[in-house]
Amino acid sequence: MSGARELAAAVRSGQRSAREVTEEALAAVAARDVELHVFLEVLGDEALAQADAVDGTVARGEDPGPLAGVPVALKDNLCTRGLPTTCGSRILEGWRPPYDATVVQLLRAAGAIALGKTNMDEFAMGSSTENSAFGPTRNPHCLERVPGGSSGGSAAAVAAGFVPLGLGSDTGGSIRQPAALCGVVGMKPTYGRVSRYGLVAFASSLDQIGPIAGNVEDAALLFDVLARHDPRDTTSLRHEAPPTLDAVAGGVDGVRVGVCPDLIVGCAPDVAARVYEAAEALRAAGAHVEEIRVPEFAYGLSAYYLIAPAEASSNLARYDGVRYGLRVDADNAAAMNTATRTAGFGPEVKRRIMLGTYALSAGYYDAYYAQAQRVRTMVVEAFERAYASVDVLLGATAPTTAFALGDKVDDPMAMYMNDVCTIPSNLAGHPAVSVPFGAGADGLPVGVQILAPALQEALLFRVARAVEAGAPVTEWSA
Amino acid sequence: MSTDSGWETVIGLEVHCELATQTKLFCGCRNAFGDEPNTNVCPVCLGLPGSLPVINGHAVELAMRIGTALHCEIRPSSFARKNYFYPDQAKDYQISQYDEPINANGSLELPDGTLIGVTRAHMEEDTGKLTHVGASGRINSAHHALVDYNRSGVPLVEIVSEPDIRSAAQARAYASELRGILVATGASDGRMEEGSMRIDANVSVRPAGAAEFGTRCEIKNLNSLRSLGRAIDYEVARQIALIQAGEAVRQETRHWDEAAGRTESMRSKEEANDYRYFPEPDLVPLVPDAAWQGRVRAAMGPMPADRRRQLSDALGGSASEAEIDQIRAVVDLGLDSLVMAAAAAGAPAAVALARASNELAAESEAGLALPAESFSALLALEGSGALSATQSKTVLHVLVERGGGDPAALAKEMGFEALGAESLAAVVAEVIAAHPDEWARYLEGDDKLTGLFTGAVMEATNKQAKGKEVVAELRRLRG
Repeated sequence: MSGARELAAAVRSGQRSAREVTEEALAAVAARDVELHVFLEVLGDEALAQADAVDGTVARGEDPGPLAGVPVALKDNLCTRGLPTTCGSRILEGWRPPYDATVVQLLRAAGAIALGKTNMDEFAMGSSTENSAFGPTRNPHCLERVPGGSSGGSAAAVAAGFVPLGLGSDTGGSIRQPAALCGVVGMKPTYGRVSRYGLVAFASSLDQIGPIAGNVEDAALLFDVLARHDPRDTTSLRHEAPPTLDAVAGGVDGVRVGVCPDLIVGCAPDVAARVYEAAEALRAAGAHVEEIRVPEFAYGLSAYYLIAPAEASSNLARYDGVRYGLRVDADNAAAMNTATRTAGFGPEVKRRIMLGTYALSAGYYDAYYAQAQRVRTMVVEAFERAYASVDVLLGATAPTTAFALGDKVDDPMAMYMNDVCTIPSNLAGHPAVSVPFGAGADGLPVGVQILAPALQEALLFRVARAVEAGAPVTEWSA
Repeated sequence: MSTDSGWETVIGLEVHCELATQTKLFCGCRNAFGDEPNTNVCPVCLGLPGSLPVINGHAVELAMRIGTALHCEIRPSSFARKNYFYPDQAKDYQISQYDEPINANGSLELPDGTLIGVTRAHMEEDTGKLTHVGASGRINSAHHALVDYNRSGVPLVEIVSEPDIRSAAQARAYASELRGILVATGASDGRMEEGSMRIDANVSVRPAGAAEFGTRCEIKNLNSLRSLGRAIDYEVARQIALIQAGEAVRQETRHWDEAAGRTESMRSKEEANDYRYFPEPDLVPLVPDAAWQGRVRAAMGPMPADRRRQLSDALGGSASEAEIDQIRAVVDLGLDSLVMAAAAAGAPAAVALARASNELAAESEAGLALPAESFSALLALEGSGALSATQSKTVLHVLVERGGGDPAALAKEMGFEALGAESLAAVVAEVIAAHPDEWARYLEGDDKLTGLFTGAVMEATNKQAKGKEVVAELRRLRG
């Protein structure tokens, strides 16, 4: 399938119909999703009805929006009115939200077609999509490998060519890491640029919705549609900025790029090599490249695995069997709560609820949660120091290329290490993007990560485009 | 301070006040009592996945009014999550201000001048309402429960007093005064019977003169001033009896059983929840700037204590015991502006006060709606002698019924006209002639018959006669 901009242009000009584009996408899914398991729910009839509406708008000579007729894959933690929204969990099986997430409304208003809800690690907790209660998703580049996670379904949907665009959510790297493992672009915006209303919360102070796309310009196009102030989300920023898409091709002449060994340490040699090659590509394009150390990043992972579970333990309390989703009956309300949650949550979710509950408990709060918040502040200050001398940071996205299914499911710490390079941006609320850059020793995609200060999405995409332009041609990017 | 028994009671009150906003604290649902269950609900107050709270600015303003009226510092504040599982709690956590309340360090002055410290007055959301359905309707034997989420997310301000209260009577005075303040600020309708104001009492006792506090118990389910007083009296007696029997008071939460007239243990300190408070990440801190605080202060009318002082001043600053009670009643009912208006228009303040606290108070809502000019004009007619007190009261009743009007025209319509001294003497003579036996006994000194003659004269004059003048005429005839 062609890129989002080409498709939208073709539909807007009447060259192609949205229905035809949608039917083509649905056919591709029908042909191959049995082996990949990208979608938990394909919205066939709804998607076609939406496509017809777009075609009607075009026929009337009205503006169908910048994403006219473009099929989009939605991570299944985004609420879709009247349509299943499971978060990859048994506990929400059968629940149909009575409302659309703000981003879903924005997509529809822009003429995009919601093609389906994609698989994910349960409640976005995981880095391989193996924690889904409904079975894993496979990496389109190698069926024995994971697509990464937790937005593995959306990344794989774009990588498989089912859709040109996907939406993911990123709490500790859940957009960028699967994008890297699937060879696509994945971007986490500044905290507050995209409304969280209708995103089922994992860790509220870290969660951010962002675009997954086949190339940087498509990611920028989707970001521009999503980045709107929303009065329904108090943490949504009032920030007026010109479309990032207009700036993407601006080049990196004079941009100061800090290659950060602290975002490379622990990576496999083939991955580390690609990062340094990307730095060279930027230098060749005119950027000033220097090395910069931010040793505080090393503490980010520990802080994250206290803060995120603490917030999750509270956010996930509402799944108690009283109002919606799964209920396992028992003798009294408390026993019903326990039975429901025991049956409804998978082991990783339970592990994090216990971690978070412990971290917030009387007598432990200061040693764990409060201490983690102090580390978070320290990471923010470390970023500030770094950005005094460089404009963006460059590092790896994930330590390795896609790993084998089953490889890390019994070793939570090894799984958590996947997030070590992505977590600092979440703790600071800064934007960051993963861009494909060549292949690893196994021939599978490698992603490099660019990090920018808060609200610097335009600069971020500009550097990302330069990395993309300098990337070696691979079999799947050709 | 010390009681006759040699024990001193120490009480601190926590009062939950439902704010009288149009909408809930974090969503646009209607804040209304008594609607069909689960009709004023949305994704936010049902705690549906993905929903987010947005603070209601009017609720913040009412909270600031309460803080201002209680002489609190109004501070930058934030919300926290109080985590505990309960079916009436849509998110299984309550959004509440914890370590950074909007109002702190205030005080409340009781009508007798005693100052009670106010530790804090913070904002939080209400829970839904559980109804247990089963054999007896009690929680332990209930078969199942129904939840109404209409109340879920209704804005509350919790006002926490210092342990400065020393008796059940003082606790009642505090709650009553606080209720008046909450109504005067417009923050609450003050309807305790609808749960608009709910009270928990922390009660302990100690030997008179002791420096340390005794072990306290928290009493819940106090839904009226009467319950508050009874529960404290019961609890104080229970605690003293325990200590005198050589036993210790256990720190615990106790439930007031209104029907049985006793407190019962609900849970001990050891069984208390660990609420795992942490900052609410879905809401940004609340920083009311000086300009906003200034606007709130400027929009507030006088508080009950100020209004009582104004009435007392209008009476010349020397109110009798009975008048002090009348002043309190009139201010509680919000009838003081009528009295002040009448006094300003020249009516005797004492008469205006008496009419308001007796006749108007009995008319409830309709009394409040009486236009001040009608009330003032009526009292002026009475003062000029054109109407007797009895006539004036009758006209007042009709004025209230009609929602106002010209009292002079109304008096004429009702046939009330001033009675001259000569005609009064003639009527009295007629009445005496009609009751020769009674007159003979009256002449012998039976004063009980005064009422009979006065009543008969009143009836004969269509209440135009003035009681005092009738009695004077009777006495004159007796010699």
